[in-house]
Amino acid sequence: MSSPGFNFSNAVRNNFLQEKGIPLPKATSTGTTIVGCLFKDGIILGADTRATEGEIIADKNCEKIHYITESIRCCGAGTAADTEFTTASISSNMELHALSTGRAPRVVTAMTMLKQYLFQYQGHVGAALVLGGVDSTGPHLFTIHPHGSTDKLPYVTMGSGSLAAMAVFESSWKPNMERGEALALVSAAISAGIFNDLGSGSNVDACVITATQTEMLRNFVKPNERVEKERRYTFRRGTTAWKTENIRSLIVSEDITPVSAGGDAMDIS
Amino acid sequence: MSIMELNGGSVIAMVGKDCVAIASDLRLGNQALGISSSFQRIFPVTDRVYVGLPGLATDVTTLRERFRYRVNMYTIKEEREIEPETFAHLVSSTLYEHRFGPYFIEPVMAGLSKTPSGGYKPFIAATDLIGCLNFAKDFVVAGTASAKLFGVAEGLWEPDLEAEDLFETISQTLLNAVDRDAYSGWGAIVHVITKDKIITRTLKARMD
Repeated sequence: MSSPGFNFSNAVRNNFLQEKGIPLPKATSTGTTIVGCLFKDGIILGADTRATEGEIIADKNCEKIHYITESIRCCGAGTAADTEFTTASISSNMELHALSTGRAPRVVTAMTMLKQYLFQYQGHVGAALVLGGVDSTGPHLFTIHPHGSTDKLPYVTMGSGSLAAMAVFESSWKPNMERGEALALVSAAISAGIFNDLGSGSNVDACVITATQTEMLRNFVKPNERVEKERRYTFRRGTTAWKTENIRSLIVSEDITPVSAGGDAMDIS
Repeated sequence: MSIMELNGGSVIAMVGKDCVAIASDLRLGNQALGISSSFQRIFPVTDRVYVGLPGLATDVTTLRERFRYRVNMYTIKEEREIEPETFAHLVSSTLYEHRFGPYFIEPVMAGLSKTPSGGYKPFIAATDLIGCLNFAKDFVVAGTASAKLFGVAEGLWEPDLEAEDLFETISQTLLNAVDRDAYSGWGAIVHVITKDKIITRTLKARMD
């Protein structure tokens, strides 16, 4: 139980089940639109906030921009658990790396650690990532595919909404944009995913990383707010018929019965 | 046939005003054949944390014991009870450890977490079978009736329900959803957790 790494103790059983024709249940995936874009002062990352389980929306406002270091962040698409755990593990190793070198870690370091990890698992760890940040060598933006290949580009998109988002970038991206202009472009790219791709939806998250600071803009645009219900749908108390009831009190009460006087006084000599 | 449908069963948790509720059906089946109408799949972790384990029954038992062991080790090492957030991460990492040979369970957690001021804050969470956490502010569902539960809960849930109103809302949500699911039903149980008591009720349900 304490050995590191994955545990394959159920693999024989599960393979047997699969061979009998019983398919594995689907894991939560982030159908996702994630993007990254270079601008004058640094990098802007963007993501939608929908998590899906097949055709069901499992989470309407999840976080897809993960923390790597203070000035490096990573957007995740693909198997939700994989993106969550790989970024957490690399974030942890980056902190240790920073501590042992005594320097602020670089984006290429995070990129190399991620690609080597993903390549080792030959695509079975289903994480598709957009990695961005600013370090001593300037701003960097990468995409990392589940099999471990990487690209370095001035604007990138990933996930099921990548085509919708890329269409926006291809039509409007230009070098050396101002912060406001770039943020509006990232919002437009994510919105294209939200409205045109079924796997993406809800809100726009953004993250602006410059040499001096990192700004996490959680729910930067909320174009799909649920309107308040027009009626209340509470049931009258007593609607549900129940058979047995058990109430467990969590209040600890204590009765102290003083032993009647007349005993010997405590020896304090 | 999916492995989740072998034994059937569903769990739901909802947030109320200073309280949370967790409920499930009581069916244990062998595909279409009903085996038991008193199968517990919600377990207390601490006084104020409960976990529901819908999915393959053999893994319900295995994981229940595994969580009990790990929570006991945590309690001994830390000399304090585990907080619901911490427990959720314990569940998540236990399941992700088995990423390439998973347990067929989609846990649902409900509890009250201690605030620094000494009060209690409602907490619910769910994970998929490989441990991807979903912290929701309203409700979480899992199991064979999850699609139906999502629909009914989305319509009936509203914020700041008092414990007794939350009981009615979660009970009606569960009952009406499992009545449209062949693999869930055969009785139901509801736990409402408030800061000073836990109300557990078994519901009168359709037995077909």
